[in-house]
Amino acid sequence: MATRTIAGKTVQVNDEGFMTNAAEWTREMAPELAQGEGIAELTPAHWKVIDFCRESASNLDGKSPTLRQITTGTGISTKELFALFPKGPAKKVAKISGLGKPEGCV
Amino acid sequence: MTDETRKIAFICSKGTLDMAYPALVMGWAALGNGIDVTIFFTFWGMDIINKARIDHLEIAPVANTSMKMSMMGVDTGNLGIPNLVGVLPGMTAFATSLMRKKIAEVGAPPVSEYLQMLVDGGAKLYACKMSVDMMGLKKEDFVEGVIDIVTASDFMDMTEGAQIIFI
Repeated sequence: MATRTIAGKTVQVNDEGFMTNAAEWTREMAPELAQGEGIAELTPAHWKVIDFCRESASNLDGKSPTLRQITTGTGISTKELFALFPKGPAKKVAKISGLGKPEGCV
Repeated sequence: MTDETRKIAFICSKGTLDMAYPALVMGWAALGNGIDVTIFFTFWGMDIINKARIDHLEIAPVANTSMKMSMMGVDTGNLGIPNLVGVLPGMTAFATSLMRKKIAEVGAPPVSEYLQMLVDGGAKLYACKMSVDMMGLKKEDFVEGVIDIVTASDFMDMTEGAQIIFI
């Protein structure tokens, strides 16, 4: 298992770069993780998605919710979600929120 | 991973309820992973983008060897729905509602809603010119999100470098 230093803290990550222990994540890490995914600045809308994912993940064994769970849970539209996290929101949201890849298909 | 965006193109040629979902599920997964998605609808697959048909896709139990009685929650093992029973009026509607229920149980939305999600996520939809001519359809007959009616040759041009999946 590899480790990586984010915002001054060392965390465990898997081969694909997803954090493996959701408890190691802190809010201070999100901007740096987002930059790594090509998102320069986190807006309140980004945070709404991240906060929802963190909250849902506690019931999902540390895995990120699926995109449909995010849109229905936050009220953010599919279009908006793809604009906030362009080119692959499923993986990007999970990485920035310090969670594992979503396990559902929808 | 290379800098070039991976591309996937689906060809949807079937119009039954069960055959509408593979491209929707895989296309949605592709979009979620940052893959460029194009879907080309042809022959019976036109039903998936036809406003008049999209919410009425069906599945027939006749000659469907995978549709077992056990799907209805009865412990009948490998016993299928007999073809002779399948021809009775209402059996297709019954099988369809059963399948819709199963799909909803796993959290997948109905076809029209799912297709709209793909369009909102950036999937590009095209209708086959030959099928449009054959079935007497017009662009107005299609759901929102269908970009254009294109020929097979156009499709080849627009999917250069893409992985193509025929359904």
